Amino acid sequence: MSVTAPEPKRNMGQPVPRVDARLKVTGEARYPADVPLNNLAHGVLVTSDIARGRIKRLDLAEAKAVQGVIEILTHENARELKPLAFGNAVATSISPLAEPRIWHDGQIIALVLADTYEAAREAAYRVKAEYDTEPPSAGFGSAGTETVLAKDVTETHKEDPAVGDVEAALRSAAVTIDVEYSTPTQHHNPIELFSTTCAWAGDQLTVYEPSQFVYGYKHAVAKQLGIDPRNVRVISQYIGGAFGSKGPMTPRTGIVALAAKRINRPVRCVVTRQQGFTTTTYRAETRHRIRIGATPDGKITGFSHEGWEITSRPDAYVVAGTDTTSRLYGYGAVWTRVNMVKADRNTPGYMRSPPELPYNYALESAMDELAVALKMDPVELRRVNDTMKEPIKGLPYTSRPLMQCYDEAAASFGWSKRNPAVGSMREDDWLIGWGCATAVYPTNMGAAAARVRLSSDGSVRVQTAAHEIGTGAYTVIGQMAAERLGVGIEAVNVELGDTALPPAPVAGGSNTTATVCSTVLKACDAIRDKLFRAAVAAKDSPLAGRDPAQLELRGGTVQAGGASEKLSDLFARMGSGAIEEYAEWMPAGFAPESIQKLYNGTSTLKGGSKGDKMMYAFGAEFVEVRIHARTREIRVPRIVGAFAGGRIMNTRTARSQLMGGMIWGIGSALHEKTEIDPRAARYLNKNISEYLIPVNADIQQLEVILVPEEDREVNPAGIKGLGELGNVGTAAAIAAAVYHATGKRIRDLPIRLENLLST
Amino acid sequence: MRPFLYERADSPERAVQAAASGLSGNPAHVQAASQFIAGGTNLSDLMKIDVMRPEKLVDINPVGGTPAGRIEVSDTGIRFGALVRMAQAEEHPAVKERYPVIAQTLKLAATQQLRNMASLGGNLLQRTRCEYFREVSWPCNKRVPGSGCSALEGINRQHAVLGSSRNCIATYPGDFAQALIALDAMVETMGPGGVRRLRFADLHRPPGDTPHVETALEAAELITAITVPAGPWTRRSLYLKIRDRESYAFALASAAVALDMEGDRVREARIALGGVATVPWRAREAEEALRGKPLDEKTAMAAAEVALAQAAPREHNAFKVPLAKQTIVRALLDAKRMEA
Repeated sequence: MSVTAPEPKRNMGQPVPRVDARLKVTGEARYPADVPLNNLAHGVLVTSDIARGRIKRLDLAEAKAVQGVIEILTHENARELKPLAFGNAVATSISPLAEPRIWHDGQIIALVLADTYEAAREAAYRVKAEYDTEPPSAGFGSAGTETVLAKDVTETHKEDPAVGDVEAALRSAAVTIDVEYSTPTQHHNPIELFSTTCAWAGDQLTVYEPSQFVYGYKHAVAKQLGIDPRNVRVISQYIGGAFGSKGPMTPRTGIVALAAKRINRPVRCVVTRQQGFTTTTYRAETRHRIRIGATPDGKITGFSHEGWEITSRPDAYVVAGTDTTSRLYGYGAVWTRVNMVKADRNTPGYMRSPPELPYNYALESAMDELAVALKMDPVELRRVNDTMKEPIKGLPYTSRPLMQCYDEAAASFGWSKRNPAVGSMREDDWLIGWGCATAVYPTNMGAAAARVRLSSDGSVRVQTAAHEIGTGAYTVIGQMAAERLGVGIEAVNVELGDTALPPAPVAGGSNTTATVCSTVLKACDAIRDKLFRAAVAAKDSPLAGRDPAQLELRGGTVQAGGASEKLSDLFARMGSGAIEEYAEWMPAGFAPESIQKLYNGTSTLKGGSKGDKMMYAFGAEFVEVRIHARTREIRVPRIVGAFAGGRIMNTRTARSQLMGGMIWGIGSALHEKTEIDPRAARYLNKNISEYLIPVNADIQQLEVILVPEEDREVNPAGIKGLGELGNVGTAAAIAAAVYHATGKRIRDLPIRLENLLST
Repeated sequence: MRPFLYERADSPERAVQAAASGLSGNPAHVQAASQFIAGGTNLSDLMKIDVMRPEKLVDINPVGGTPAGRIEVSDTGIRFGALVRMAQAEEHPAVKERYPVIAQTLKLAATQQLRNMASLGGNLLQRTRCEYFREVSWPCNKRVPGSGCSALEGINRQHAVLGSSRNCIATYPGDFAQALIALDAMVETMGPGGVRRLRFADLHRPPGDTPHVETALEAAELITAITVPAGPWTRRSLYLKIRDRESYAFALASAAVALDMEGDRVREARIALGGVATVPWRAREAEEALRGKPLDEKTAMAAAEVALAQAAPREHNAFKVPLAKQTIVRALLDAKRMEA
């Protein structure tokens, strides 16, 4: 696998190495659980070992006897925490210490506080709980679940997209397919464990916690504690992986804050790997039924997609990927429906490409099945149904280079050499299969604010409460400021992840680069405007009298047509040491109150199919699988993806995101699955030794092709986020390749060797 | 983790003494009050999740300075000190050349980092990955005798189809053990009662009615060495490990095979199976089925059928029966192609 950063093509920024790379690899980057605090006490969670019932009795005697234990918070003594309404920055309405009720396996039932982590952990083992248990419902197929229509109960999916008469279209279609798919429970498992550290100074609370939305946490924890949010500061400068799991706040944050108040000491609670599975969120399992009808030449005339998703009893979490699948191709008639199935589980949450990964797996697998039924090349099937207008309302895509992605990836992969006959590409004892699928991700954007200062010495400071979740935010935000203010990246200091800074939305929906770079661009342009007007206004300036619109800022000088003036000279003449601009930015068409909502801890994201135009990033992925003829283990020696994301800020970090996404996609196809005991509704493989993801040995040739794209409509920066794009479609491409190799269509993920063994 | 006493021992004698002192009468199973610790790659993990709660750890790493830390090769066989690290043994030239199956079982286990730490003696005693064993709130006969087996009717994809009982279907997870049982290895131990040698095949006990008694070791008995006799089959030997991903995963099924061939005919075959049995598993009937026969697809499959004849699959692990058969066939045919 090549490790060279790709050469920038048209509309792509330089592959600037991450500005925080050295800090990270040397361990100097300070993650929230690393922050040193005086007189720190340690908290360890105790979690339930039943999924449904009530706590009858807690016996704390043995735990309290452990040397160093300070206090134990339980539902009997910590009921002042307020339950929160589910949604946006709040992961769940379940308020564990507010009542004795148990809603799910591994629910927090106590927080043990001690002088040392070891004492707290030992005491946590010694807490004894007795329960009145009720039989739980684990998920699909369990007795006692409740199925409801998503559109009736959630704000995030108010209608099921539909147009025309699908039943009639299917009846009259020359070729039809009617197929069902499923995807499993998955957990994010960021390498950085979940943690909360809280310190009070009088009535001022500081929370150090890995968070993808510090403003959201600030307001959510204030509500949970019943305090003024102005007294809360949340700091999260580096995050060791998140993938959505650190997006909304979980109840732990307020519990730890309350504990710190109670014992009048800072408290740090680091959640164990096992507890991370049940006290935070996860990707819920889904089921799908897809029906497609097409003409003999592959034109789709009817498309029907019904989805089922698991959620918790109290919270209506839903991803509803039909918003995208219903619009991806130029179908004729469309019918969709999304159902929620309530079970005794913790509330699911966002996980990299939350709707697209499961729903597009189903759609893209169905497209491959349709291609087989039509005896048509799967790339050509996509071409026949490619469209610049979505079918539901006829809205145009701002740009859609899908087939360009297919053509570039296909050429590099060597797709033209594919023999479409099943099982035809064997090499010795290995069955070879090739498959492909579409990657698609909505271009989300939110409101944001940023403060940018340009000093007379040419140094730049950028401040915004955006988040570095491992994607390179410090770097690309710095690049945008450096470019607009004509300085080197080394002159730019970017500050992120702190509610003392201007607000930015949740680092979710791949919106950060588009949103924050657009906002920083606006602040920089305001600085440029002031500088340029000052430069042309002064009589003794070499730029006197010129049109400010013709001026350029480059290499620490203001220039126009051969004349130039040093920044330092210009500042001196202005009698100024620095120019600072505070910019607020919102995407076009946003409700004006969105920005105020952001200050109050609510993110509004828009894009994708949610506006007057369809805004999406696209890609195409091609994979080769090898399956041993006897023992049937499945390997992916080769994968090629071509992606277009509008303006690429940094080809190095973009490639890393897409590469990581494709590897994730391989894992979602072949490895990842949280096993659930159906009798007890409990997770079993709660560790990363048995919850499998690809290891280095699983990844061999991997190629990322960045396809140049210019889209002036999406946002001022022209950026389409691609942090999540890479893992969409991979599983479908692999399932297609497995079919090509073996003739077996595996519709339930993950695809494992037992699916391919003949018994 | 709970507090424990910690003592270092620099000789097998002192280690045994330290483990036995004040804690006599504890059986050598998961709940034993005193435990030896070498690499700690399995024990410390189980202590963190509260499955093992030893009152005393005897650190035997200093014993590595004695013959228990060395590999000795002679014409009659090979002797591994129990404190030899997995990584040391897998890189030993004589092991790689003359006993490839041993080197491969080591190389295909865990990760380089873990193999740098883990001792051979400890590796033999690696505990099952059964999730019901590894989470203390589940009933588990291995952890709490008589509490019941949660895996029987639970999620049992990874569980054993051979050697199981109505009390336990937990899989023995190791790889190295399959090479040892195939090659008729012996184990040397020292305990409060002195030194003894036992057949490696007798070290692990099938669960039966006492799944918590995992080995024939007595309280405070320490494995000091493993010996493997030379034989005409050791050079034509290999380990085939089938798993969900390419590295760092436990076997769904594996086969350690060694062949002594006379032309196309099998003079003697050794077959051991991993990932499918409750203990290191020697497929003796399958070996007998091959004796004197030409080795081909047909005879290999016939032997594989014999090896799995007694298999007792549960709901999610039925695939291990055909998988194990195919693993045996593939391993035998691959071994046949090796240079002897």
